[in-house]
Amino acid sequence: MANSNPDIEKLTGEEYKYGFVTDIEAEQLPPGLDETVVRTISAKKEEPEWLLDFRLKALARFLEMLEAKQEPTWAMVDYSPIDYQNVIYYSAPKPKPELESLDEVDPELLRTYEKLGISLQEQKRLTGVKVAVDAVFDSVSVATTFKEELEKQGIIFCSFSDAVQNHPALVKRYLGSVVPYSDNFFATLNSAVFSDGSFAYIPRGVHCPMELSTYFRINSAGTGQFERTLLVADEGASVSYLEGCTAPMRDENQLHAAVVELVALDDASIKYSTVQNWYPGDKNGVGGIYNFVTKRGACRGRRSKISWTQVETGSAITWKYPSCILQGDESVGEFYSVAMTNNAQQADTGTKMIHIGKNTRSTIISKGISAGRGQQSYRGLVRIGPKAREARNYSQCDSLLIGDECGAHTFPYLEVKNATATVEHEATTSKIGDEQLFFCRQRGLSEEDAVSMIVNGFCKEVLRELPMEFAVEAQNLLAVSLEGSVG
Amino acid sequence: MLEIKQLHANAGDTPIIRGIDLSIKAGEIHAIMGPNGSGKSTLSNVLAGKPGYEVTSGEILFKGRDLSEMEPEVRAREGIFLAFQYPVEIPGVNNSYFLKASLNAIREHRGEPTLDAMDFLALAKEKMSHVEMPSDLMNRSINEGFSGGEKKRNEVLQMLLLEPALCILDETDSGLDIDALRVVAGGVNLLRSPERSMLIITHYQRLLDYIVPDYVHVLADGRIVRSGGKELALELDQKGYGWIEEQARTEGHE
Repeated sequence: MANSNPDIEKLTGEEYKYGFVTDIEAEQLPPGLDETVVRTISAKKEEPEWLLDFRLKALARFLEMLEAKQEPTWAMVDYSPIDYQNVIYYSAPKPKPELESLDEVDPELLRTYEKLGISLQEQKRLTGVKVAVDAVFDSVSVATTFKEELEKQGIIFCSFSDAVQNHPALVKRYLGSVVPYSDNFFATLNSAVFSDGSFAYIPRGVHCPMELSTYFRINSAGTGQFERTLLVADEGASVSYLEGCTAPMRDENQLHAAVVELVALDDASIKYSTVQNWYPGDKNGVGGIYNFVTKRGACRGRRSKISWTQVETGSAITWKYPSCILQGDESVGEFYSVAMTNNAQQADTGTKMIHIGKNTRSTIISKGISAGRGQQSYRGLVRIGPKAREARNYSQCDSLLIGDECGAHTFPYLEVKNATATVEHEATTSKIGDEQLFFCRQRGLSEEDAVSMIVNGFCKEVLRELPMEFAVEAQNLLAVSLEGSVG
Repeated sequence: MLEIKQLHANAGDTPIIRGIDLSIKAGEIHAIMGPNGSGKSTLSNVLAGKPGYEVTSGEILFKGRDLSEMEPEVRAREGIFLAFQYPVEIPGVNNSYFLKASLNAIREHRGEPTLDAMDFLALAKEKMSHVEMPSDLMNRSINEGFSGGEKKRNEVLQMLLLEPALCILDETDSGLDIDALRVVAGGVNLLRSPERSMLIITHYQRLLDYIVPDYVHVLADGRIVRSGGKELALELDQKGYGWIEEQARTEGHE
């Protein structure tokens, strides 16, 4: 027990139950990981044999890795060892406790929502207050309208579980084709026990007419611990997908190990935007989410394009490297990232751009902001394969420090095996200057507003890649996340 | 407007201001001249409340109120404006966005309605014409890639927009060619009014040809060693600072 994580211990201790308990509240398995657990999850979801096989192979591999202590330790993050046999691997999305009014909600949380500009209705939804009947009708009809419109164009957008039931051929074809079940410790764990997630398929030549977002799937928005997302854009198709919620989700799960796979065929393009604001723990670093995520996109077709944009302000620990495999000739990969760590948060994040095809291009713009005692690292790999003639990469990694106790680190890895490639890397580290702050205050701005303005300016190249309404919320979020970091 | 009484102040741990008395009434323009290291810039930073500058004794009253407890942004909202000698660059922050935020923070403090983007742009356009500022500078990042002259015009533009009660110009003439100097001074002169005071800090007399002061003070070694009318500036221009410093030293030892 001495080794196990006290927070997980506390959580699992509180929720420990034997066998399946089905009541209105929740449905969950006892802690621990073995074949029975995986079979039960698969059976619960009435999955086909091939999917159970996929899970079992992943389980066997994970148990080997666990035995051999292959949990990655190369990242610059520090946490007490997790006891993987003491984690609950299946818990159906739990309805949040119903509250009668916003008066019953933590006022601190409401204050944050207000600053983020989240509407009252939305605040109620997020905090679990019963939403007025008309609003429910509203959101139902909104959801239905979207669904009909999407179906008309042949777009499939549903939960992962639904996709397994209704579109098994597509799922079977692409699942694990970008992130194999044996890819890495956390992805392997996810492959064995993933609960649910999102699935989208954009058929040939279709430009998805709206931003796809988990937000619109309100009913299944309760994010599981082990999410699995699969997006496929067929030839000539395009889609923009938004993930996450800009409000702080006080999720009770400590460990999140999600997998996202993207596939772009000839001339297809996928834009994947994330605003991640999971609970970061308190000011002293107690609690908070461990966000260990594997995200990877395959530009399989010629002239295909995958673009990752992420704004990461939450989580106690972030371990995440959204990557692009540039297989198709002339394919394009992009990574735009803002990561912010405040108080005791830690982040080790970056990307991998694997150039395989000819004339492939990639762009990496990473902006790291550290405040408080926050520690963060940019870790990025650019690999130019032997056949990637005329491949080009441009990387820019900028770090901004606020205060004296935080740190920023940059680990760029470069492997070039083709002499015709062009690779550029630029990196800067700066502190929010006392002169800049004083200038802003001398013009009447409060210190907080000044910091938030300077930080938003620093992140501008990334924020402008976000869809409009997201960008505004992301700016507010950066300001809220920085509160108390100066003065 | 401004009463400085027996002011002693440090920059960091170093005593720089060693006993200044100065009284500026509404509508007056005072120039402070002096050699390098005499404490001119320290004085302007102390007045604006820059962190790292500390009043060790004496007091500063602005509109009858003690400044020492006021945060820099509160001083700004109350009407103290410092035009910087070296305006900073802030990458990625749009100049127009910044100026609007600044103006609205100050208007809010005065109890005036804030301006929306349209009203602000109309106002900014009018003020920009006074300093002959190219309109594209409004859509660029604050001072980023601006020439020396453009930065100083930007400072004066901010002053025109914010309409402060006390304008402090810290070596605004440094690095300006004669044409830019004329434009910048023209902008400043627009602000001359019986309700507004100015404190002009400069090393050279030439700025005072364009902005004619009511009083000139010479600062040496952290003290005002001589005060006079505008003709004092001309005298300094001809004779340099040496004789005054010399005089101050002998007087100091008496």
